Amino acid sequence: MKPWIVIAAHNEEKSIGTVVRNLQQSSYRNIIVVNDGSSDRTAEHAEQAGALVLSHIINRGQGAALRTGMEYALEQGADIIVHFDADGQHAVREIKHLIEPIKKGKCDITLGSRFLGTASNTPFIRKLFLKGGALSHYIFYGVKLSDSHNGFRAMNRKAAHALDFHANGMDHASEIVDLVGKKKLRYKEVPVTITYTDYSKARGQSTLNAFNIFAKMVLRKLMR
Amino acid sequence: MITILQTVALVVALFAVSRAFLRFKDRKLSLLALLFWLVIWAGVVVAAFVPTMLTWLSAQFGVQRGVDILVYGGIILLFYLIFRVYVKLETLDQQLTKTVRELALRKKKK
Repeated sequence: MKPWIVIAAHNEEKSIGTVVRNLQQSSYRNIIVVNDGSSDRTAEHAEQAGALVLSHIINRGQGAALRTGMEYALEQGADIIVHFDADGQHAVREIKHLIEPIKKGKCDITLGSRFLGTASNTPFIRKLFLKGGALSHYIFYGVKLSDSHNGFRAMNRKAAHALDFHANGMDHASEIVDLVGKKKLRYKEVPVTITYTDYSKARGQSTLNAFNIFAKMVLRKLMR
Repeated sequence: MITILQTVALVVALFAVSRAFLRFKDRKLSLLALLFWLVIWAGVVVAAFVPTMLTWLSAQFGVQRGVDILVYGGIILLFYLIFRVYVKLETLDQQLTKTVRELALRKKKK
């Protein structure tokens, strides 16, 4: 069971090469980088580092990019798909922790949590919002998690097929939780370390985006 | 005696209706949408020329002044139109994403 790593990247030329090389050094061979309409040289850097590159001609958001990568990986016969970050805030060595329970058939999807076990230097305000997100996931979807919007996750084919989320932007993370509940996937949280460097903080989403995501969660709930 | 307000209402309504007709002829507007706009603008003209109609209508809805019902109705109409635009935009957004994703996948398969 070879895992396929799917990375969505939008203007990440500074980090994408290193991220891909680190993955390869840990002998992950199937790496898909979805270049999401970058205006810089993200695609070239990823390709030079040895990743398979798919390119969105215009920026459509992280959710859309991940779906493109997942679809491609499924077509290539991937058994396990791992979502990984392009700005280097996820640790390559932790991929195996996420994959392990799926390989053993214990669950369909594992979600990274920065608040289980070895918590890192999560800034307080961010922690507050992430916890609020986790609470609203529980209230809205009945899925109990300790973290929200952690982009580090792994899944088997069944889960990848089931997660047909439509949110293009950052709210895809909430929609994934929603689908995990709806499609009754077996899920498990795995402690992961999120490294907040100045670069990843500047590149990552703003904490204020939480309000936007919450509004979209409410809207989606109402529209169905 | 025709007031300025009535002239303006008539001209604007006629202009809007002519636009709607042209777009209908170009098949960019459905028959239903054309009828919708005809009714709306006919309503505006009637309201301008027969103000007592409005007063009567307001009374039916329990609103005191004739003009108020126009304002309330207008706001409701605007909300509805904004909602439709929102839904349409959302659909377009999804379609655009689908196209972009499909393009990315096809290019790789070649």
